[in-house]
Amino acid sequence: MDLLNAIIVLLNYTVIPALTYGSQLALGAIFVTLIYGILRFANFATGDMMSFGTMFAVLLTYYFQSLGISFGILPTALLTIPFAIFMMILYMLTIDKFVFSYYRIKKSPPVQLAMVSVGVMFVTQAIIRIIIGPSDRRFLDGEKFILKATEFKEMFGFNEGLTIKSTQVLTIVVTVMVVSIMFWFLNKTKTGTSMRAYSDNEDLALLSGIDPKKVVLITWVIAGVLATIGGILYGLDKSYRPFVYFNNMLPIFAAAIVGGIGNPYGAFLGGYVIAFAEIFLTYAYKRFFIYLLPESLEPNSMIQLLSTDYKFAISFSILVIVLLFRPSGIFEGKKL
Amino acid sequence: MKQYSNVIAAYSIMVILIILVGIFQSWSIALTILNYCLISAVMTMGANIQWGYAGLINFGIMGYTALGGLAVVLVSVAPVEEAWKVGGLNMMICIVVIVAMVVSIKYTLKKVHKSKKRNYLIAGIIVVGLLLLRFISAPAIESIESVEPAKTGFLGGLGMPVLFSWLVGGLFAGGLAYIIGKIALGLRADYLAIATLLIAEIVVSIIKHEEWLARGVKNVIGLKRPAPYEIDLQTSPWFINLVEKIHSSKLKLINSVSEKQDVLNQLVIDASSIYVKLCFAGMFLTVVIILLIVTQKALYSPWGRKMRAIRDNEVAASAMGKNVVKEHLLIFILGSAVVGIAGAMMVTNDGLFTPGSYRPMRYTFVIWVMVIVGGTGNNFGAILGGFFVWFLWVQAAPIALFFINILTAHLPETNEIKIHLINSAPYFRFLLIGIGLLLIMRYRPRGILPEKIIKQ
Repeated sequence: MDLLNAIIVLLNYTVIPALTYGSQLALGAIFVTLIYGILRFANFATGDMMSFGTMFAVLLTYYFQSLGISFGILPTALLTIPFAIFMMILYMLTIDKFVFSYYRIKKSPPVQLAMVSVGVMFVTQAIIRIIIGPSDRRFLDGEKFILKATEFKEMFGFNEGLTIKSTQVLTIVVTVMVVSIMFWFLNKTKTGTSMRAYSDNEDLALLSGIDPKKVVLITWVIAGVLATIGGILYGLDKSYRPFVYFNNMLPIFAAAIVGGIGNPYGAFLGGYVIAFAEIFLTYAYKRFFIYLLPESLEPNSMIQLLSTDYKFAISFSILVIVLLFRPSGIFEGKKL
Repeated sequence: MKQYSNVIAAYSIMVILIILVGIFQSWSIALTILNYCLISAVMTMGANIQWGYAGLINFGIMGYTALGGLAVVLVSVAPVEEAWKVGGLNMMICIVVIVAMVVSIKYTLKKVHKSKKRNYLIAGIIVVGLLLLRFISAPAIESIESVEPAKTGFLGGLGMPVLFSWLVGGLFAGGLAYIIGKIALGLRADYLAIATLLIAEIVVSIIKHEEWLARGVKNVIGLKRPAPYEIDLQTSPWFINLVEKIHSSKLKLINSVSEKQDVLNQLVIDASSIYVKLCFAGMFLTVVIILLIVTQKALYSPWGRKMRAIRDNEVAASAMGKNVVKEHLLIFILGSAVVGIAGAMMVTNDGLFTPGSYRPMRYTFVIWVMVIVGGTGNNFGAILGGFFVWFLWVQAAPIALFFINILTAHLPETNEIKIHLINSAPYFRFLLIGIGLLLIMRYRPRGILPEKIIKQ
């Protein structure tokens, strides 16, 4: 019984939040890695692009709510996803046409493209702040909890409760769905194969008749889908705040590099590596050990490896360690 | 002379802009902008040494700036005796432990052959060392932080003159750059950018959360100043006489004595703040000029040519027997040290150290825009970029407000769009900077004042 209680404590405070956070990071990391693998630059506007898509979801959610449209127990924001994705892709293609394509055709070095993406970051941030402002917004409606701690305790008779928020389940389910569709697309369809070919060797791909314009277009479309859904899921689970989205760019980059940049599978797993490391290293294990150890050995400190202030620093330290020992990432990405 | 004509033209425009701010807004604002322009110029020069001379992309500028600021606190604040008494010894032991860790890791790396055993040994040393550090420091940190937490709660500094801290700031930043360079310099350019950005975040989060060191997010206020204080100036007779002399013609027009005294008091208060800012401007200008002379000399020396050769063709340079790795590390350290000096200057100017304010937007990306806009590889360009972009950054909101008012003049005051736009005027600075950067990258990729190669 004590063992089960201990496991529930761990599940409740570490595993489920880490899975949720990891899924959100994973979507962003695949976005980064796709752009890096196919368009060949580090996109510093990542966080703000995710924020841009989410902004439309937030605005549309408010609009739908004012019209009285709702999605039952599910959040209304889910209904807005297609519209938000559409706006996001439109924005990305516009940016690509007026900004990135010039450098791509000129075959500029990746650093220059990265600097250009910094410019895009500034502009996107400005547009977002001018349209919706910098403040914190919650746009979650519908049922908040799937399982409440008290209900769980009554049902199974444990001392510890297990809380499952609907956003947590939603995040994990949607992520798994989106990512499996994307992997199916990349591996099984002809367009997906041509994209991988383009990423592996651009010259050979062009030689075998792959249309670069189409590859770029599809890449931005997939990127738009990933960025918008990732952003909306994060916003539903926590809240929508432009500054936080900008900051999220950093752990997302860490996840992409840890997984091996240019490698979508690596990026997917990298997101979970970062999330689990962040949460497991900053969780205070006191309650966990109270159940496991006999009373005489019970801990009197928090048994916290690092204070929660260092959450971000942990993911970056993992990145540094990976860069030191396996510069191409845990799951072998592109060679540096 | 002809080759400098566009440099002179660009700088004259900049000076005119600042003078216009002085005339239309106030001289105090103009001088504040000038001081920050000078600080930005130093930062930009540091980044330009790395990017312009050697092609190294360093997005970690925020970290060096913060470290320079930390140096000011550690050097100039008076030591907190009580904190040293309760926790000083343990902290000293911690430093010894860290040194012992580093030495023993170096020793294992040297003496034990590359194998799994060596990896385990190093991992063991690190784990034992960290546990030991935690064990020794935890009680000390608690007792240090409980010494008058509202006022001190940290170890304090050395109580030395604040100007000395600028040098120390440079040293700190250089030391950090050595460590980062050893870790990350082998990476491809855009990887290096991400890695340095993330490492800088780690540095800032340590400064933010280790409160025993510099109070963390509780901020350190009332730092020493190398310039006189306004209050002292307002009570010293020579200063009042000086102000009276300057404004004598204006004061003569006033007849009543009490009114004259009031006007004079107001003038003295204004003048004292301008005097202090002028003092700072003088000091910053000295730093900028010294750095400009040194970097200019370096750029056109054999060493500078070597750096450019490495930047333009690494393989060829290393075939000629130049040690690319060593030179990259050296220039990484030098550039970062300059940024560290700028960070120390900034904290000195503000008189307070606020670790919470170090954010990548303001201290990395804006500085990079300055480098790109000003002109990579050209020191005059870098300084101009620092001036120009900072000026835009500060003045963007008033400019945006001006245009919004013109464009929406026909709308009534209660129009929602108009109100919304006016409220979001501060965010137009991002738009202005972003579009500026994109335009420069597209149509003038080498910056306003591009690099000039003088052939001898």
